[in-house]
Amino acid sequence: MEIMKPAIAGTLESSDCQVTVEAGEGKVDLVLESVVMNQFGNQIRKVTLETLERLGVDNVKITIVDKGALDCTLKARIEGAVYRSQGQNDNLPWGGAIQ
Amino acid sequence: MNNPNKKRLRRTMMFLNAQKPGLIKDPYIYKPDSIMLDLEDAVAQNQKDAARFSLYHALRELDYRGCERVVRINGLDTPYWREDIRCAVAGGCDAIRIPKTERAQDVKVVEEAVAAAEEEFHIPSGRTLIMAAIESARGVMRALDICESSERLFGIALSGGDYTKDLQTHITGTGLELMGARQNMIIAARAAGVQCFDTVYTDLDDMEGFKKDVETIHLMGFDGKSIINPRQISIVHEIFTPSQKDIIFAEKVVREIDTKKAQGIGVFTVDGKMIDIAFYDGAKRTIELAKASGVYKGDL
Repeated sequence: MEIMKPAIAGTLESSDCQVTVEAGEGKVDLVLESVVMNQFGNQIRKVTLETLERLGVDNVKITIVDKGALDCTLKARIEGAVYRSQGQNDNLPWGGAIQ
Repeated sequence: MNNPNKKRLRRTMMFLNAQKPGLIKDPYIYKPDSIMLDLEDAVAQNQKDAARFSLYHALRELDYRGCERVVRINGLDTPYWREDIRCAVAGGCDAIRIPKTERAQDVKVVEEAVAAAEEEFHIPSGRTLIMAAIESARGVMRALDICESSERLFGIALSGGDYTKDLQTHITGTGLELMGARQNMIIAARAAGVQCFDTVYTDLDDMEGFKKDVETIHLMGFDGKSIINPRQISIVHEIFTPSQKDIIFAEKVVREIDTKKAQGIGVFTVDGKMIDIAFYDGAKRTIELAKASGVYKGDL
């Protein structure tokens, strides 16, 4: 899936994260800022890369500002930003690419 | 269709904005009977899409420890409700709440979409229940039709804010403006054999007023109340849970009626009160409610 236009999902509230996606330069470029970087930085990176892979996104600059989001919130915000960049709101692949 | 959850205990239904991770990550710690994950009024127009992703993953990955998970979809007059249903059913929600229900057809349309989503996402047919929120004078007048519209429908709920606007009045805190709707809805629900839930009480600084409101709807026969804050839960549960005195009396009534019936005696007294067969169902209900509330220690 190509990133058609820059898109943002999520907030900077506690337990949330804000995810920004933009067209990449031929690879996944992840910029991560987290209040729990020392404890969960690796886990956040892992979930991010897995989620992008499931969505078929391999050419993206993704910026995540994490405020202590659970994995399920992180996934939701990444998917939210990616599908916003596509302008797709209906007939989403629940249980398929989204899981 | 025989879904065992249709008659489950629903004293409290706590509204939570599905778009807010901080709210939906652990509401079970407050022990409401149901949580209402809201995609409708609580979610801004430009966040409807993001709220669905948040909802889907919460349903799939968070353990709500026995709390029923109801999803309030957007109204049938919006472009959102069909995808809301696909998302909620795919996530495995327990029930869909339809806002602004005005006629039986509204429920039937949602029922069709829910059945299609169950098939698409391989969810057992009939697993997802429906409840209907009534928010207008027209809805109140058609409450019985709505209650009888679907096998999936477990209950109806009054939404007082919109209803009082439609009535050209406002919430006063006295309950006077809601009296007709409450009365009509509980009668319709009981006639159809479904549950009935009261509207939210929004003044969080007036816990005494809230308590009086809950006592009123309890006496009217309601099954529970929509709530907006964890502080309201214990008050509702206390009022809706039978006291030990009520339970002991109900046990005596059930046992005495069973015994006396075998002896051919129709009317007798228990603790000085005249009892006949008409008391049997009520006493059984008290025992069932006590069991469901986790306070029954007897053997009936």
